[in-house]
Amino acid sequence: MAIKEIQEEIVDEFSMFDDWMQRYEYMIELGKSLPLIDEQYKTEDNIIKGCQSKVWVHAELDNEKLVFTADSDAIITKGIIAILIRAFSNQKPQDIIDADTAFIDEIGLKEHLSPTRANGLVSMIKQLKLYAVAYQTQLN
Amino acid sequence: MLDVQKIRKDFPILNREVNGKPLVYLDNAATSQTPKQVIDVIVDYYQNYNANIHRGVHFLSQEATDKYEQARQKIQKHFNAKKSHEIIFTSGTTHGINLVANGFSSILKKGDEILVSAMEHHSNIVPWQMLAERTGALLKVIPMNEEGELVMDAFHDLLGAKTKLVFCNHISNALGTINPIKEIIESAHTVGAAVLIDGAQAAPHIQADVQALDVDFYTVSAHKMCGPTGVGVLYGKEEWLNKLPPYQGGGEMIAEVTFEKTTYAELPHKFEAGTPNICGGIAFGAALDYMNSIGFQKIAAYEHELLKYATEELLSIEGLRIYGTAQEKTSVISFNIEGVHPYDIGTILDKLGIAVRTGHHCAQPIMDFYKIPGTVRASFCFYNTKEEVDALVEGVKRARNMLL
Ligand SMILES: Cc1ncc(COP(=O)(O)O)c(C=O)c1O
Repeated sequence: MAIKEIQEEIVDEFSMFDDWMQRYEYMIELGKSLPLIDEQYKTEDNIIKGCQSKVWVHAELDNEKLVFTADSDAIITKGIIAILIRAFSNQKPQDIIDADTAFIDEIGLKEHLSPTRANGLVSMIKQLKLYAVAYQTQLN
Repeated sequence: MLDVQKIRKDFPILNREVNGKPLVYLDNAATSQTPKQVIDVIVDYYQNYNANIHRGVHFLSQEATDKYEQARQKIQKHFNAKKSHEIIFTSGTTHGINLVANGFSSILKKGDEILVSAMEHHSNIVPWQMLAERTGALLKVIPMNEEGELVMDAFHDLLGAKTKLVFCNHISNALGTINPIKEIIESAHTVGAAVLIDGAQAAPHIQADVQALDVDFYTVSAHKMCGPTGVGVLYGKEEWLNKLPPYQGGGEMIAEVTFEKTTYAELPHKFEAGTPNICGGIAFGAALDYMNSIGFQKIAAYEHELLKYATEELLSIEGLRIYGTAQEKTSVISFNIEGVHPYDIGTILDKLGIAVRTGHHCAQPIMDFYKIPGTVRASFCFYNTKEEVDALVEGVKRARNMLL
């Protein structure tokens, strides 16, 4: 599925919830259930320091598609990471470079992606895009 | 007894809703809210007598200067400084600490020792590290115990002929511990060391008497005591302030300038280069008037009740641990719930309209001591209520249920 379609799917899913509690509970579920990253990649090098919650990101090229794994020590952050990974992982680098993140706003989680929020998510998205740029250059 | 409902009417912001819920503001250790009595003074300044001070011949300039100097005298009186020129206006605690640290760079020599407590705010660690680097002096740390109290035996052992400076906060912002500063000051003086006390967290709760304490430097921020941001004062003993070189050069701080040589102005202007936060200084005076009209004794008694109640209620939550359980403490509660990241709790509380702080509270060494990434910190002011404590406790329970 294309990034855009996945994002629409996520927006659809979230539109079923009528309040923030349900949205957060869903995110916390996502955060709890997913094994997001292989322990060997939870290294200092892969850490994105977001002040309060730590975020780890690892990227690998598989058949011209970029596969991301990531994790966080805070569960809500981890839930959002799960959503971001679903939208961006296993896609062509160029598509990741071109993708936008407006859907996060539509599912009511905008506050988590504010550049001044100390959770590492904004740096994480930047990092995903940087990986995409690096691998795209490699592919060219 | 203090009439909290009446007091709450003075703070317009407390009527706000956040995320559709009534605001429960429990981040007072970061900054306190501003009563309308202080807001009125700020508005009055800009509407009626905004002018630059100490330099004008005209009416408004004189009026603004008078009000600014009156504020200085109020602050002098409040902290019982001997002279008004021992009160230096700053942009806040951080500025005051840097001013002193910078001054000591021309006094300290290689091998001199600086003692700093293990529970300092970063703004009371970094300037001394920079000072130590510049001068070759050694920074030594007064350790703390599990309760979050300074180990005074260790302090006495560290103190020696080489100790030139001791720095410690009056109250820890991360733990709420009230440190035994009188004992620290007295002991430091027996070896001839100067003492700077960071009063940022104490000033909103305790009225420090700088002469009775015999402290050399005491520094505070207005924004933690119902005043505006970006203004504070450094108290310094006259003899010390005369010994220290100026911090910044500029207008206001000079007596005479030629290209060959500049002579510095008298205290306090020597340390007040440039146009100060005039309105802020005047509003700081008004904030002190406001707090004094309630009375520090009453404030302390009321906050103590709130702290006791909140501590008991929070401890009834399974898996909750409080960091900072000193015998002597103010209304700050730092806590975590086993298995839950503090950031997650803070996020859920925010959704419920409850403002707390999460993270390391600019005191990373304390977090390293407890081997935790941070804590959730609820800090109370005299306008907070037991009902707000109940809302916090309910919120934490709800967060716990969601997150575990
Ligand atoms: C103990 C302590 N020292 C210093 C500061 C810094 O104060 P300011 O940012 O107003 O300079 C704070 C404020 O958080 C504090 O709590």
